[in-house]
Order: sequence, then structure tokens, then C-alpha cells
Amino acid sequence: MITIKNISKSYDKTEAIKNISLEINRGELFGLIGPDGAGKTTLMRILMTLLLPDSGKAKMDEFDVVKDFKEIRHIVGYMPGRFSLYQDLSVEENLNFFATVFGTTVEENYDLIRDIYYQIEPFKKRRAGKLSGGMKQKLALSCALIHKPKILVLDEPTTGVDAVSRKEFWEMLKKLQKKDITILVSTPYMDEAILCDQVALMQNGRILDVDSPSRITEKFPRKIIQARSENMFQLINDLRNFEKAEAVYAFGQFVHFTGIEDDVETTELDNYLEKLNHKNILVEEINPGIEDVFMNLMEK
Amino acid sequence: MTQLLSFIKKEFYHISRDPRTMLILFGIPIAQLLIFGTVIKSEINDIHIAIYDQSKDETTQQITNKLLSSGYFILDENLKSLDEIDAIFKRGKVREVIVFENDFGKKLIIEGTAEMQLIVDASDPNTARLATSYTKGIVNDYIQKLYPNVKMPMQIKPEVRMYYNEEMKSAYMFVPGTMALILMLISTMMTSIAITREKELGTMEILLVSPLKPVHIIVGKVIPYFLLSIVNAFVIIIIGKVVFGVPITGSFILLMLETILFILMALCLGILISTAAKNQMVAMFISMIGLLLPTIMISGFMFPIENMPEVLQWFSHIMPARWYITIIRGIMLKGIGITFIWKETLILLGMTLFFIALSVKKFKIRLE
Repeated sequence: MITIKNISKSYDKTEAIKNISLEINRGELFGLIGPDGAGKTTLMRILMTLLLPDSGKAKMDEFDVVKDFKEIRHIVGYMPGRFSLYQDLSVEENLNFFATVFGTTVEENYDLIRDIYYQIEPFKKRRAGKLSGGMKQKLALSCALIHKPKILVLDEPTTGVDAVSRKEFWEMLKKLQKKDITILVSTPYMDEAILCDQVALMQNGRILDVDSPSRITEKFPRKIIQARSENMFQLINDLRNFEKAEAVYAFGQFVHFTGIEDDVETTELDNYLEKLNHKNILVEEINPGIEDVFMNLMEK
Repeated sequence: MTQLLSFIKKEFYHISRDPRTMLILFGIPIAQLLIFGTVIKSEINDIHIAIYDQSKDETTQQITNKLLSSGYFILDENLKSLDEIDAIFKRGKVREVIVFENDFGKKLIIEGTAEMQLIVDASDPNTARLATSYTKGIVNDYIQKLYPNVKMPMQIKPEVRMYYNEEMKSAYMFVPGTMALILMLISTMMTSIAITREKELGTMEILLVSPLKPVHIIVGKVIPYFLLSIVNAFVIIIIGKVVFGVPITGSFILLMLETILFILMALCLGILISTAAKNQMVAMFISMIGLLLPTIMISGFMFPIENMPEVLQWFSHIMPARWYITIIRGIMLKGIGITFIWKETLILLGMTLFFIALSVKKFKIRLE
């Protein structure tokens, strides 16, 4: 459905994306995962015909993003990273406006947005600027969907949204996927990556790896040890000073440890920490998550 | 078409829901007109004078009365010697001193000539010039009426008659100018801001990624301001007539048509600015500094173009307001028809087409 071949793009002298190639199949929920500045937005804008690539080709449903931009603008739904609806128009007015702009009506495609829109419908007379963050996202999604697009592109839709709304939002995306809509979504949150069918890990304008989330973690060859103690700060410092330590990162309440050559055993680490007077020590081997993979790829 | 209509509807929502926009649209024009119309004047009122009358006869008394009853002058003091003149000017209030020579009346009758002296404080040359010419006018008038058969004994100057604005009312000059200024401000600034606001708030990104054509976006943005500007022009003409008594001697329909043309030109200029400006601040800056000041200074609104240095005269040709002001002064004050102003009209039309073509060409269908 979306084919990207050797796309590069620079702003002045900074290269935003470098020689990216991707293939996204019809009906897929595809995630672009990467930190701020990885080039996710630039790539999406090129696909949305908002920017011209410096080199390379990209096609959306067989339409070229440079030549056939008019056709593409009929078949895509786009939700930019920033809330981009009219804050001084009400929920209802925004939705009606975007429906008319795309030459349709709210009634015609109400089915598609019902699950999302019914949650904000009680506030339909309220101005969009006065909605909560989660409701704004739902309205923006409704507006992006109102013309029943074939391809939906969402740029960091859950940034700045509370945990409950984030979960709901992803559930909605899963439902939309079943309605034969190809979805390309970007996110800086690794925990959302596992909800995608395929993910591309991006960093500094390059794609580090493309695969399904489970395959990405499965094929990760390294052994990850998770550790915890009462004094986290001390724990990180001590682990970093451990002679066989290769990478040590804080992950929420835990520290993820990778040893040189993976030959560090949990008992070895346990003993080392006990000697340094750590209390309530927990050391265990775990399956790597996407974050571990990402951190590892970034190191290279 | 429905796309365009819903775009226009949306635009009206924006305008009506933003108190600042409403204020700029309707508050500022009226305030500006009233301020310009009343404060900036080239006529004189209540000039303080002093008189040193050495003759104190019937004639000088009558001339004095005539001067004071004209409404232009207020008598502050009767002086008793020439030495006082210097002191009274230094105090600053009195702007003009009139001195009648000894036996003024007698000399006038017997010798047919008498002398009076006008001494003015020329630290404000404009007022000084006006005060002397008003005084001369009144004195001449009096003497002519008194001795219609006598040949002018006090050959002062040929009488100047002010055509079209006989009383030299400055409001007559300023209403057309202010109209140009306000329409320029509203139409150009408001459209350029309205379009750049979409860019700034990120909504342009969504509009671009929609089947809307650039022409839909531009026309949809312009029509509401077009209609509001016409209303504004109408209000200004009404206020000019009711408050300042500015006449419309020519055809009202022609006046409105020319005004509509000028509004269109200003709107297109606004669009052009918005294609160049990245955000509302820049758009406002270009409209205010780049357009407003030249409109006030070199379009003939305040200062006569003929008195400007040649470079500025040449430069004033590219000021749309210059042509518009010529047109509406012609229609409102002289009552002339299209046959006298077709050249100016064509120039405005040309500018409009030029701006439209350029902005359609420059309108970005992408983000860069």
C-alpha cells in the first residue's frame, strides 16, 4: 500500500532522513518508533505530499507522492503532531467543516467514527480549544476519518495524552484496522510499539530495523538482566563500574544490565551488589523488550 | 461550491468569535476617522491676537470688530506701545499683533491709503501664514464693502478663492484619505493575518492535505473580509457626511464601484503578503510598516505630492492609495465622472491583476 524507496531529505545542511526504504502492506498497523528528531515527521510529511523529497521515490496506493499529489490528498487521512483543528469552532462545526471539505457528510460515514465520536458527542457544542487532551485527540481522529480514507497517517497521536486515553486510542486504531484502513503511526513510546503489526525503529534519519515487534525482540541475541535495590542512583553507578558491564540503563523501577559477551550470571551480579551494601536486591534474567533492542541499536 | 461555502462560513465564525478581530474591523476605523477628522486640521480657530491701535477711530474699531466676529481670532490685549509687542510674543499665547498707524481712518479717506502692520509669531510657520492670510482677507473685504468705488487702497494681494473646499475644511481632505488608509489596513492586514494564522496554528497543514484547491482557500479567506470592508467603506462615507459634512457631489455608485476595486486590490495585496510571511507577527509588521506608513506619508494623504522630493514623487506612483485618493477626492468633492479618472482606475485594476497573478503563483501547495 505504501512503498518508499531510497528517500532522502535535508533542511539546509542537516539531513533529516537518509536513504530510507520501507514497504507497508495493505491493512497493516505500522509503527515508526524513534526519539524526537529521528525523522519520523519528515518522512510522514513527504508521504502526505507536504514536503518534496530530495531524492528517492514514494508511492501511496500506487500514486506518486510528487506527481499525483492531488489524488493522494483524496485518499489519505492525516493527523499532524500538533493539535491542528480550529480551536474557536465547536466539536460539531469542526467535524462538519472537514466533512464538507472532503466532499462528504458526517452522516454518510458516521459508522466509521461512531465508536470514537460517541464519546465526545455530549460535548459537541463545546469549542475544540476547551476540550481535554484526550478528547482533542478523539476529535482530531474523527476529523481525519470522516472521509473514509484508505490510508491513515498519525504523527505522534498519543504524545501528551494520559495513560487511559492512550490505551483507548490504540484500541480504536485496532478496530479501524479491521475496516480495511492502512495505518501508519509514529510514537516515541516503546510500550506502544508492541501494539503494531510491524515497526520500523528510527534514529537520526535512518531506519535501524524493520520487523514485527515480537520478531524484533526474539532475534535480539543479547542477555538482559534486570536489577533493583533500594538505592537506585547508587545501583546504576555501581553497575556501571562493574568490570564486565557493557550497557546499563534505567527502565522505570528497574535497571537493565547487559554484560560483555553476555557471560555475566545473575548470581555473580547479586554477590557484587551485596558486597556494596545494597538492600532488597532483586536480580533476574528477562526477555528483552523493544526498548532494549532500541538502546542496543542506538549504541552501534 | 459547497466546499467554498463551508469555508466562508467557517471564516465568519472565526471573525465573529474573536473580539480583537471585531474591534480592528469596526472599532478602529471609526475611531481613526473621528480622530483624523477632528484633530488634524489645516484651518485656524481661536487664534489669540493683540491690537495696538494708535488711531482709535471708527474705521479701526470696525475692522477690529469684523476680525473678532469672524470666529478665527480672540482679542487678548490692547497694547499701549510698540515695546510691548516683544514681551507679549515671549509669553507665547498671542500669535499675531495688529498695528494701526496714527489717523488710520482719516488717511484712508483723504489720501486713499493707510497703513496697518501684521506681526506674527512664525515659530509655527503654518499657523502664522494662515493667520496673516485670514486677516488680510477680512480687512480687504471690509474696505471693499466700505468704499466699493474706491480703488483698493491697501493693495495687499489678489484674492484667492478656494475651489471645491471653499472654507478650506480639512475634514474634506482627510475623509477620503482616511478611507483609503482604513480600507488598506483592514483589507490587507486582516487577510494576511487570517491566512498566516492558519499556518501558525498548523491548520494549514490539514487544509493542504485535503482536496481543497488553493483558489478555494484564497477565495474563501477573502470573501468575508471583502464583504466586511464594503460595509466599512459605507460606514465611513456615512460618518464623513453626517459628522463632518463631507459632500458626495459625484455619483455614489461610481464611488462605491471604485471603492470595491480598491478593496479588491488591498485584499490581493494581503494574500500576497501572506504567501511571503511565515507568521502573524511578520504579516502584521509588513502590513503596518511596509504599507501603512507609506500610505500616510507619500500617497498625498497628508502632504501634497508636488512638494515632495523627486525620488519620493516617483515612488508615490507605486502606492495604490495615491490613485484611489485622487479618484475619490474627484468624485466626492469635484463631482467628476469616469471620463476624468479612467486612467487612475486602470492603474488600480492593473495592480489588482498583478497581485492576484503573483499570489496565485506564489501560493504554496506544500509546506515549503
